[in-house]
Amino acid sequence: AMLDQDSGLSLTIARIVQRLKGSSLHSQLERQARVSLHKPEIKLESLKEDIKDFLKTSGWEKKLQNAVYSELNVFPSPCHPAAPPEHMKEPLAYMRKAQGSWEKRILKSLNSMCTELSIPLAQKRPASEQKELLNKWNEMGTDEPDLSLFRPVYAPKDFLEVLMNLRNPNYENGEQPSFRNHLGLIQVPLKVKDIPELKEDFSELGLNIGQLGIDDSAQVPPEFFENEHVRIGQKVLAEQDSAAAQQYVRQGCPTALRADLWALILNISNQPEDILYYEQLKSNVIQHDLLVDSLIYKDVKLTASNDDYYFVFEDYLYQVLLCFSRDTSVLEHFTYSSATPPKSYIRGKLGIEEYAVFYPPNGVIPFHGFSMYVAPLCFLYHEPSKLYQIFREMYVRFFFRLHSISSHPSGIVSLCLLFETLLQTHLPQLFYHLREIGAQPLRISFKWMVRAFSGYLATDQLLLLWDRILGYNSLEILAVLAAAVFAFRAVNLMEVTSLAAAEAVLADLSTLKVMPLLQIFLFATVT
Amino acid sequence: APLPPPPSSGRPRACVRFKCGLSGPVLDVLRCRPGWQQARDEEEWDFFWCDVSWLRENFDHTYMEDHVRICHFRNHYELSRKNYLVKNLKRFRRQLEREAGKLEAAKCDFFPKTFEMPSEYRLFVEEFRKKPGVTWIMKPVGRSQGKGIFLFRKLKDIVDWKKSDNRVPYSGSFPMDTLSGIWLPEKLSVFSPSFPYTTLKGVTAYEQKDETQIETYVAQQYIENPYLIGGRKFDLRVYILVTSYIPLKAWLYRDGFARFSNTRFTLNSIDDHYVHLTNVAVQKTAPDYDPEKGCKWMIQQLRQHLTAKHGAGAVAVLFADMDNIFIKSLQSVQKVIISDKHCFELYGYDILIDRDLKPWLLEINASPSLAASSQEDYELKCHLLKDTLHIVDMEGRLSGKEKRVGGFDLIWNDGPVSRGGNLGDPVTGNFVANTHLGCFNDRKKQLRELFGSLPA
Repeated sequence: AMLDQDSGLSLTIARIVQRLKGSSLHSQLERQARVSLHKPEIKLESLKEDIKDFLKTSGWEKKLQNAVYSELNVFPSPCHPAAPPEHMKEPLAYMRKAQGSWEKRILKSLNSMCTELSIPLAQKRPASEQKELLNKWNEMGTDEPDLSLFRPVYAPKDFLEVLMNLRNPNYENGEQPSFRNHLGLIQVPLKVKDIPELKEDFSELGLNIGQLGIDDSAQVPPEFFENEHVRIGQKVLAEQDSAAAQQYVRQGCPTALRADLWALILNISNQPEDILYYEQLKSNVIQHDLLVDSLIYKDVKLTASNDDYYFVFEDYLYQVLLCFSRDTSVLEHFTYSSATPPKSYIRGKLGIEEYAVFYPPNGVIPFHGFSMYVAPLCFLYHEPSKLYQIFREMYVRFFFRLHSISSHPSGIVSLCLLFETLLQTHLPQLFYHLREIGAQPLRISFKWMVRAFSGYLATDQLLLLWDRILGYNSLEILAVLAAAVFAFRAVNLMEVTSLAAAEAVLADLSTLKVMPLLQIFLFATVT
Repeated sequence: APLPPPPSSGRPRACVRFKCGLSGPVLDVLRCRPGWQQARDEEEWDFFWCDVSWLRENFDHTYMEDHVRICHFRNHYELSRKNYLVKNLKRFRRQLEREAGKLEAAKCDFFPKTFEMPSEYRLFVEEFRKKPGVTWIMKPVGRSQGKGIFLFRKLKDIVDWKKSDNRVPYSGSFPMDTLSGIWLPEKLSVFSPSFPYTTLKGVTAYEQKDETQIETYVAQQYIENPYLIGGRKFDLRVYILVTSYIPLKAWLYRDGFARFSNTRFTLNSIDDHYVHLTNVAVQKTAPDYDPEKGCKWMIQQLRQHLTAKHGAGAVAVLFADMDNIFIKSLQSVQKVIISDKHCFELYGYDILIDRDLKPWLLEINASPSLAASSQEDYELKCHLLKDTLHIVDMEGRLSGKEKRVGGFDLIWNDGPVSRGGNLGDPVTGNFVANTHLGCFNDRKKQLRELFGSLPA
């Protein structure tokens, strides 16, 4: 039986109340309410109303609103009360199974590396090493540990192979190509949107609506759109309204306001207890050495350090990612992620649950390119604990979906299928041609989407794209952009005769302007 | 064969014969320019991209027709040699103070306190004693690429330096004031080979002859609070093109780059040459230098990053302060540079930004490096040079009223140039400077509009 609206709403309310009850916001509100009793405007006969008014005028109600809004954004709507918790993670059984097998493979790979190199998963650092690391904390990039024996646990292309082999056992999927099979690489029948639906969802990107990334170009006088948009942005920040900010950034963030707007949407305020928490994570890093640390080092050295613009932020990346690995609060996101954190047991206590720990402590094993999720944020945030919190929130809201197998509309499987379907439907000749020459489009665009285009676009363009991810609380725009890029370079792509040549045409995206591409693809292409 | 007619007659040049003293992007750009041909060895030329040593040896006895152009001013070293620059700036500052008061003169305070050595050593010691604990940097005036530079905090360090072999030796003796450990010069005579400097004005003529023999240094206050990005120090390279000093006409290129030190900034490692010098040439020899990495950002990137961090207002002030540096430095040598209609010059300005977002002038290069360290760099330099040649305008295509040519914006035309409108129009409303450093550079489009179908 379908859940009716009222029960659904009360379930949601109950869940949010429960989550906020233990939070620091709750204790702050209590404290504020208690303090307000001393105020003359609070009268005993109308105590409840007066306190409520006080909380409204002092801005605390807005903070509560923002927290509730944040919860609504992050957690999916509850399913049927009788549904088991796995359904919140992933409702489809075959997807859950596939994710489980994938996780087993990753663990196997990690364990064999461990045994080969005889390095423990975790060990306590000797005091001298702790001291050295503390001194070097702001310049860990100068360290040159020998990382030659380490390899990334997996790369995006390995993950693509797994996704290509996904099958729904309830779906007739003969090996012979037929009208039932998809022409692309993804062979599961998930529901994805078509252009009319996308136009509705992304209506603020329409041709007659001002956008940053288009209407702030040098030729357009700022009185036309930009000045007013900046003014509204300042107002949104003054009001400290998360929901308004989320609506606002759909048209793009002015550079000077972006850091604050993103923090408002993600509900990050960098309170003293947050800074303390970060410092605690830092001391965990100092005290214990984890095997994944070497994977992180290797990844940063291979990817971000070699990037023309992100190399400067190398040290920040270590400061964020090493702490991230040790942050057990990240484990919370596994309630709504299809993934499950790997479990490890204290030596000699295999199978005994009291001695089980998650490894790494945050349950997330980094893969090749992982550090690129953090690098663009370094452009906006410089204070380590704030940078850290922003990244963590971005991860548990968005990025985790890009490397786990699920049926969620923003999950990587859906994004791949959306990309392939858009291309097939609107550029059938191109799609067919590329398929014929052995250059399945997804093979090229997959890495863009897994990394949310970080490292492929120019930084200012990337940030405009991520504005919209936050604004629409969805990653679908990544698939739309990928299709738009192919559409843009269609003429050249029609002339290539091999996968390598197709890769070459699409190798350099650094000159692309994201917003015009999206607008043209969604709103100016004949459907 | 008759000489091609000069551009002032209004007829386009048939063929421009060029000579080029360098290889790389300059030569490539000259060779590709339509209607330009490389002059054969003994042939006469209309355009010469020369190096400064040729200039020094030949300029004075080379006859040039009216239309001929050459890429240096005879005495460019008034800007490019650190000791001359500081002399000119100090003199200009004094003049400004006399004419316009202290506030106006304070706008010249973009050059860190500098003293010529050894001639101004007493003044230096006075300043040194006023500010104990401050770090100073010693730089040879004539060398480039970071050679011969070191930092010091104690006078004792200079004494050690003097004794070491690294310096080109002074052949005289240095009596020491053993109590305070500072040098004392002997009584100087104008013709002493050891001490080229006296308190007289005969400095200029003397130094020219003996450039290779005598090494003059400047001691400069080291900027201890540079703006850091990712914990690294950086400086800016900006390009300014001057086509005339009297009247002063100067153009600012929109592109440029920020050069990062490869290692993290800390004052503890004064001996670490590599940390403090951001010249790419020095960085290339640092042990962890990875040429594939590239340690440069385009100025556009820097401008965006600073805007994200400090807001557009603060960044606008910073860039306006940089405009002030360009203009004042050129004004300070306006009456000193030998004005010659044949000459133009492309300068590379090195600017350092401190943590208060104040820009400092480090030095001015009259022969900025035009070698390319990457594909992106090669393109930048080619575009820069092409636009330079458009402005020099051997082809006679410009009307002289342009405020923008390709990536160059006219920033001074015997007076400030405002954005928008035509050159020479009276300014209505607020004056906004016609500078776009670090802004969007759609040079191809602009050149198409300017020249029509002629190749860019």
